[in-house]
Amino acid sequence: MKNLILMIVKRLALGVLTLIMLSLLIFLSVEALPGDLAQEILGQQATPETVAAIRRELGLDLPAHIRYLNWLGGMLQGDFGNSLALRKPIIGLIAPRLENTLFLTLYTACIAVPLSLVLGMMASLFRNGYFDRISNASALASISMPEFFVGYILIYLLALTGYFPSMANINANTPLLEKLYICFLPALTLTLVVTAHMMRMTRAAIINILALPYIEMAHLKGIRPRRIITRHALPNAIAPIVNVVALNLAYLITGVVIVEIVFVFPGLGQLMVDGVKFRDIPVVQATSLVFASAYVGLNLLADIISTISNPRLMRQR
Amino acid sequence: MENSDNCQKYKISAEVSDRETQIKADKLQESYASGKIGRRGFMTGALALGVSLTGASTVVEEVLAATPKAGGRLKIGITGGATSDVLDPGQILDAYMINVSMGQVRPNMTKIMPDGSAQGDLVESWEASNGAKTWKFNVRKGVEFHNGKTLDSTDIVDSIRHHMGPDSKSGGSGVVSGIASIRTDGKDGVIIELNEGNGDLPILLSDYHLNICPSNGDETIDWQSGIGAGAYVLAEHEPGVRTLTKKFANYWNTGNDSFFDEVETLGINDPTARMSALSTGAVDAINNVPAKTAKRLGNMPNVKTLISTGNKQATMPMLCDMEPYTDQNVRNAMKHMLNRQELLDKIFYGYGQLGNDNPVGPANYFRATTDELPQREYDPEKAKFYLKEAGLSSLSVQFHAADTGFAGAVDAGALMRESAKAAGIDIEVVREPNDGYWSNVWMVKPWSACYWSGRPTEDWIFSQIYYSKADWNDTHWKNASFDKLLVEARSETDEAKRREKYVEMQRIVHTDGGLILPVFLSEIMGYRSSVNVPGQVANNWELDGHLCARRWWTA
Repeated sequence: MKNLILMIVKRLALGVLTLIMLSLLIFLSVEALPGDLAQEILGQQATPETVAAIRRELGLDLPAHIRYLNWLGGMLQGDFGNSLALRKPIIGLIAPRLENTLFLTLYTACIAVPLSLVLGMMASLFRNGYFDRISNASALASISMPEFFVGYILIYLLALTGYFPSMANINANTPLLEKLYICFLPALTLTLVVTAHMMRMTRAAIINILALPYIEMAHLKGIRPRRIITRHALPNAIAPIVNVVALNLAYLITGVVIVEIVFVFPGLGQLMVDGVKFRDIPVVQATSLVFASAYVGLNLLADIISTISNPRLMRQR
Repeated sequence: MENSDNCQKYKISAEVSDRETQIKADKLQESYASGKIGRRGFMTGALALGVSLTGASTVVEEVLAATPKAGGRLKIGITGGATSDVLDPGQILDAYMINVSMGQVRPNMTKIMPDGSAQGDLVESWEASNGAKTWKFNVRKGVEFHNGKTLDSTDIVDSIRHHMGPDSKSGGSGVVSGIASIRTDGKDGVIIELNEGNGDLPILLSDYHLNICPSNGDETIDWQSGIGAGAYVLAEHEPGVRTLTKKFANYWNTGNDSFFDEVETLGINDPTARMSALSTGAVDAINNVPAKTAKRLGNMPNVKTLISTGNKQATMPMLCDMEPYTDQNVRNAMKHMLNRQELLDKIFYGYGQLGNDNPVGPANYFRATTDELPQREYDPEKAKFYLKEAGLSSLSVQFHAADTGFAGAVDAGALMRESAKAAGIDIEVVREPNDGYWSNVWMVKPWSACYWSGRPTEDWIFSQIYYSKADWNDTHWKNASFDKLLVEARSETDEAKRREKYVEMQRIVHTDGGLILPVFLSEIMGYRSSVNVPGQVANNWELDGHLCARRWWTA
């Protein structure tokens, strides 16, 4: 147990360090983009005077490293800073968007994770049979298509026919049941996109374990295949499966920008895209930190779960 | 302006044969349509004239459909919204905020009517004197802001001043740059002094930045709260995502415009998402339908397309102070090597009008006719001739393009490359990133793609883009006689002489300028039969000059 806590603490510290490095990288790359907020806000209408006036007001005329350190200082005190464009605290911008994104992620996970685990187990059970081949082929087909295309096909099949709305324009006042209904198409799109990965990983992990001597032993004892898979193989396959699930959940949080655009979903990705478009650096930094934290956090969680599921991993080697 | 909804009116006069009865029938129908007589009077009159019952009922139905009725919610799916949108009128950037702010919540002093004229909105009337240099505006009486404050001259003066001055951060600062001073004249009067006479001031004041906000009393305005004197009150506003406005109980013009109870504006930047929202009925109207899919959209049940061709223009500015465009002959060769009709057909799918290297468009009043300024055609021989005049036998140029310039700009470059070969001009199309296009390519590279939404007056577009000292002189073109005419035409009060001057200026830009203007672009919009769109819509901006919330009604 002491080892586990030590590991968590170490990983957390590493995570914070990663985030800081990342914020620097992000700052530098946004800095390298052509134009700044003043120019982007005014666009084609920019005149040198108006651009200079906006820059002065926002402190964009300060050197880059000072702007970065100012921001980092605030960040370490828990202050996300103000959006340059809106001149409002970023936390107020991010909170409702993050809530929406997490809702969609959770919604998708509730469909996708059980579905892919069951499909994966069944595929390993009926290895090389028709079920295995069909589920594999369709999962691969859906993962091979770009997300927006999957989304458009679902809109064509399920929205234009009137079953589900094509827009997932939810807000804080939408009741939960309505939210679930409105967000069904984006959740289904994301499910189709992430299922293949998790399902095939589950199948591969279980098949791997099925080749081990103790499973052979179980076979020889005359245990039925279904029981072998659920009781003997699955618990030992948890580590790789949890890892791939965590990876996909992190993808759902960070990678749904395109789905957000297709379904007009007010999520965090859209906020970041707008931030990049208008060079609103504090917003870009804050959103990317949220994304990075999701990756770091979920990976940490996956490690802890796999460590618990397989105590051998806890031993220092 | 044309409307795909073919609203051919049923004429009861067609049902009767003799001329005299026909005239009577026309009159009867007209007085019913204009509300002079009631339905009963019309029906008895029509039947007495020998019109069939079905014919008369058709007219009744038509008139009912054309009479605005109050109530309902208008849902608009619109482009150009961003999370970072602010309510500051000076920083209004795109369709979403123009529609919400100017079109719903915070109207201007003046507004543009469907026929292109300016009419008072928050001002009642105006007089110009001193060669259109001094203007007096009379503030509309009985107008209330959403917080209960009564509109007076201070609000108007401070709202316009918000965009003026050397420290202005406003995108509208160019529009008000001609104003020398603005002051109140009692509670109901506003006096504007211009640097030079300008007969177009009322039109300029309809610019989408110049929304009237309540004054704080210290020469600043309260734009933060979103309070205005418009028909709709800002109820919920999530920048770039969704805005809900509700009918203002004390609106001054109730009954004459703004018929909806509520307006919901949704930011939908993805074209496919916008079209599926319209076709599933999630929204009633959308802007920016891609030309590629406009026909298919119009064929859907309950969906109609609305097409208006105003002054929005695709342009290809050549910088006249950079090689090889310093030579007028080279510029003329370039203007003859592209096939405008082909561009219109293949890049814009026919939605638009041919341009003639002249920025004055179909919605402008003093536009040169084709007799005054013949349409320039694709003529590789003439292009070769001009090249020879410039002492060249062939020419290699680069065309810098991105879709930010105008949609299809890169493809347009490829088409021009083919048509230019016959003229001995070799075009290399350089694909530029959309990002940072306005700061790194436009007005920097010698020849690039660009667009302008156009301006309602000749003076406006000429002063802003083609005057030698203009901030946005995107051809770096300087022509002394053009500049002279521009100043003269502004304060010219004789309309015929004014027209002559504007036509002459168009001729100078056409033959000497660095502008290649192949096509005036149509705004393609879509709406559902759930809303009623008037037969004539404004073409200064999309969605009925962005006043759809005021001019349309529930069907």
